[in-house]
Amino acid sequence: MSMTMHIDIVSAETEIYSGTVTECYAPAEMGEVGIHPRHAPLITKLKPGEVRIVLQDGDHQSFFVNGGILEIQPHVVTILSDSAIRAADIDEAAAKQAKERAEAAMADKRSDLDYARAKAELIEAIAKIETIKKLRKRQ
Amino acid sequence: MAGAKEIRTKIKSIQNTAKITKAMEMVAASKMRKAQDRMRSSRPYADKIRNVLAHLAQAHPEYRHPYLSDREEVKRVGYIIVSTDRGLCGGLNTNMFKAAVRDMMEWDDQGVEVDVVAIGRKALSFFGRFKCNLVAEADHLGDSPSMEDLIGTVKVMLDAYDAGRIDRLFLVHNLFINTMTQQPRIHQMVPVGGDVDKELEHHWDYIYEPEAKHIIDGLMFRFIESQVYQGLVENIACEMSARMVAMKSATDNAGEIVKELQTIYNKARQAAITQEISEIVSGAAAV
Repeated sequence: MSMTMHIDIVSAETEIYSGTVTECYAPAEMGEVGIHPRHAPLITKLKPGEVRIVLQDGDHQSFFVNGGILEIQPHVVTILSDSAIRAADIDEAAAKQAKERAEAAMADKRSDLDYARAKAELIEAIAKIETIKKLRKRQ
Repeated sequence: MAGAKEIRTKIKSIQNTAKITKAMEMVAASKMRKAQDRMRSSRPYADKIRNVLAHLAQAHPEYRHPYLSDREEVKRVGYIIVSTDRGLCGGLNTNMFKAAVRDMMEWDDQGVEVDVVAIGRKALSFFGRFKCNLVAEADHLGDSPSMEDLIGTVKVMLDAYDAGRIDRLFLVHNLFINTMTQQPRIHQMVPVGGDVDKELEHHWDYIYEPEAKHIIDGLMFRFIESQVYQGLVENIACEMSARMVAMKSATDNAGEIVKELQTIYNKARQAAITQEISEIVSGAAAV
């Protein structure tokens, strides 16, 4: 029996990916986790970053998640992301713009609320840019 | 011919109304398709998060979330009522409000007070007049609502639950069965009614990273949010199909009335002609 597990990546708006994989890497809050089949049950939060899966034929696929929850059962992995997109669909220019916007917003902090939001946006934009860089390197 | 002219104007005005209802039907039909797609595409998230929560209910964490355990004494209950912003969609809202009010009356008979959160303008105007405690509202969410629009209103109720002001929380919305059928649904959200099968209960637990409380709290909040969101998108799909059906029958009815009026008009015209001829003939005969 080959060692595989089922993975579901869903975002609040739509289902992103559902299928059989052999490995999966996800950006957990405490550091990146690598998951192989028959992993112990685990629940953790995700931070913005790249989710990478290895398909049965050895192909890699990347997704960008903007935070969420990761649930691991021995043969089922569920990623409930707040919003997820295929990494290839990330618009690099838009991500850079968002980063600049967030930095500008942080520079003139008017209230704590604005600051917190700008910070969250900045983290997300940086994570997006990182994902694109990784993706480029691999190609 | 005075009667004939009146009938002609009437026919014209009914034809104009039919044009409007026809246009509304077509608009609703195209919106319905989009609304149904949206409903279907957000279902996986709602299903998956329910699965995760069901697993969690079977696990034995050292921390048990308040949303998972029933409170014995119920003094006050909360309702989140999802309705449409606009009318002209048949009995969709009325049926749902009736079901909700019936449910509230049962609580009322037991001496339990009721808090209401209204989502959508129709619920706001209905429950604004109704004798109940309206604590929050959200309207003008549009046809493609986003999760952020809901967070505030949902939080009001969850805070009330946390503070012990309410002991149960229900969600009322229309359930989309198919284009022709929609059904009001009242669904208990908190405490989460998990039918945990005792036989299947395993003595295992998750590894939590970081600590359990943090994650379970986050998961619970997301779960409730996704339930309300799913209710809302489902209600929009219901609204569009109900409107389409209502407008279609309005157009059909208008067509029938026009047909009837046309017959009456033809008869009146014929009678007028016959009368005129007989007048001429009798006039000629008299000469």
